[in-house]
Amino acid sequence: MRVAVRGHEVYAYTGSRPFVPAQPTILFVHGAANDHGVWALQSRYFAHHGANVLAVDLPGHGRSGGDALTSVDAIGDWLIAVQDALGVASATLIGHSLGSLAALSATARHPDRVAKLALLGPAVPMPVSDILLDAAKAHDHVAFELINGWSFSPGKQLGGNPVPGWWMTGNGLRLTERTRPGVLYTDLMACHAYVTGLDAAAQIRCPTLVLLGARDLMAPPKGAQALIDALPNAHAMTLADCGHALMAEQPDAVLDELIGFVGSR
Amino acid sequence: MTKPKSTHFDTLSLHAGARPDPATGARATPIYQSASFVFPDSDHAAALFNMERAGHVYSRISNPTCAVLEERIAALEGGVGAIAVASGQAALHLAIVTLLGAGGHVVASRALYGGSHNLLDYTLPRFGVATTFVDPRDVDAWRAAIRPETRLLFGETLGNPGLDVLDIPRVAALAHDHGLPLLVDSTFTTPWLMQPFALGADLVFHSATKFLSGHGVVIGGLLVDSGQFDWDGITKYPAARGKFPTLTEPYAGFHDMVFVEESTTAAFLLRARREGIRDFGACMAPFTAFQILQGIETLPLRMERHVDNTRKIVAFLREHPIVAAVGYPELPTHPDHELAKKLLPRGCGAVFSFNLNGTRAQGRKFIESLRIFSHLANVGDAKSLVIHPASTTHFRMSAEDLQRAGITEGTIRLSVGLENPDDLIEDLSRALHAAGKL
Repeated sequence: MRVAVRGHEVYAYTGSRPFVPAQPTILFVHGAANDHGVWALQSRYFAHHGANVLAVDLPGHGRSGGDALTSVDAIGDWLIAVQDALGVASATLIGHSLGSLAALSATARHPDRVAKLALLGPAVPMPVSDILLDAAKAHDHVAFELINGWSFSPGKQLGGNPVPGWWMTGNGLRLTERTRPGVLYTDLMACHAYVTGLDAAAQIRCPTLVLLGARDLMAPPKGAQALIDALPNAHAMTLADCGHALMAEQPDAVLDELIGFVGSR
Repeated sequence: MTKPKSTHFDTLSLHAGARPDPATGARATPIYQSASFVFPDSDHAAALFNMERAGHVYSRISNPTCAVLEERIAALEGGVGAIAVASGQAALHLAIVTLLGAGGHVVASRALYGGSHNLLDYTLPRFGVATTFVDPRDVDAWRAAIRPETRLLFGETLGNPGLDVLDIPRVAALAHDHGLPLLVDSTFTTPWLMQPFALGADLVFHSATKFLSGHGVVIGGLLVDSGQFDWDGITKYPAARGKFPTLTEPYAGFHDMVFVEESTTAAFLLRARREGIRDFGACMAPFTAFQILQGIETLPLRMERHVDNTRKIVAFLREHPIVAAVGYPELPTHPDHELAKKLLPRGCGAVFSFNLNGTRAQGRKFIESLRIFSHLANVGDAKSLVIHPASTTHFRMSAEDLQRAGITEGTIRLSVGLENPDDLIEDLSRALHAAGKL
């Protein structure tokens, strides 16, 4: 689906299903230098089980126009603008990494617009190393290689993809390589500069799922503990032997957690 | 600057895609000789069929043993994934039918394996797919052959049998300028000698029957996707826009799936599996996948020895009085010598041809006098092989086409194996002596 948001065309994967206003809506938000494709299995499931799915490409990413937004709060506000464009009063937000921070911000700043919140691979704060920032700023391929190397747990570096025939790390690298110059740096700086996450978390009242990978090197689980403590209504779950690319490494386990969370009251 | 860690080729050859079997602890990849796989419940079954969950349904579509092989070759090639199929021919067919149908057009190198030539020149026209064959060394000829309905450029990394080195960077750039992908048959080089994706190719296929399995005991093919091509022309190749509706428009055969939207990087593979393997059915058997995996474990070691032995034999043959010419790109006399130094720094493989300075009868005498080299139609075996292309692999080609492909009545093709090179040279020397006495 393509929808105009703030003067730019935005792409949202819907699982090839029409948007039905009477159905609940789930907004999937990808992380830095990614696009909607990281949610392929999970988003498709919900699209075919009674929900409107909007797995968006953030501005400047994938198939969406515009420039990458420079702050987590700006991305959070943009998510609500997407809901506005489609007349969605309230949605479930599911975000990964940078997308989780944006979903957190959106929920804190627009509490009446979010029914449930799922944060995958979050950390608050989410500092980014100078090495990675420098490489990203230079649009050096090393930045993509570093991210890819840190995104998968050690066991998955050699494969064993549950999706038959896909080389997981190769797929991850190709996806990030498609990022337009400057976008990765903008994304990483947004993560790095977001320092109000714990204040935002404290304001959130809706049910919240925090899903972590025990072997996450990009956003280590200990970096999420303060966030979990600050969230008043959170359920936290850690997937063993899983890195930052949770949806790729353990797609079924992630889906099962999301099914349980989205379906719960 | 911190350098990213990456696993080396040799290690990937042994481990990529595999891990100890979670059910039994078996260290070798188990042969999952099962046609289908039990669903935990009805919802799970439906989710698997609709690509909402990961897993296996039926071994024509995917199989756990084949999946390990698919990951491994994708890792070695630097791609995003692969599909294991029944043969190299099946891989070529799958690549073509995934991208184009009746009315489509292919531009191909004329220096191709005879089976590929048969498919393109004789069989696919019956289904409305035309091919223009060009001199692989002539980039202008590639350019001139491209038509509005062209959807694919295709060549071999090392042409058969003259070892024409495909200038992948230049041909790929030309293809991309026209919004077209470049498919290469990398059978002769394997990823150990060349990784075509790093040079610009978009799709690679192998006859895994050859060096990948390495022992002449299986028939299998592998089709690998680089994940680099911009099928709908929105990022890199605007000329591709509208050319690949099989990937960019809703597919009624799978719930109106739009493959480029379903997967940004692996749309081609998705369509190939969800349509091509599903409907044409040329899948690989799990036992075959196991045997190819066994071969790939030693690919780096074998290829090094293959190339070393070949260099010694080439050096011997080029000095022999009854040998008119040796066609091996490492020789300064080969027209692609300079290009080979750039694209194939590890070597130019272990298959090459030479011309006997004699009659057809002398050629027959030479082949029939060999004791270690086996006279058969294959390459890439651990054992050394020999064949006379004009009367076997390329016999359907016209005299004119044979000449264009660099094949004469006296052309002999060798596939150099892993035997002691002194024994191989002694075998060749004896057979050449016998031929010379006629």
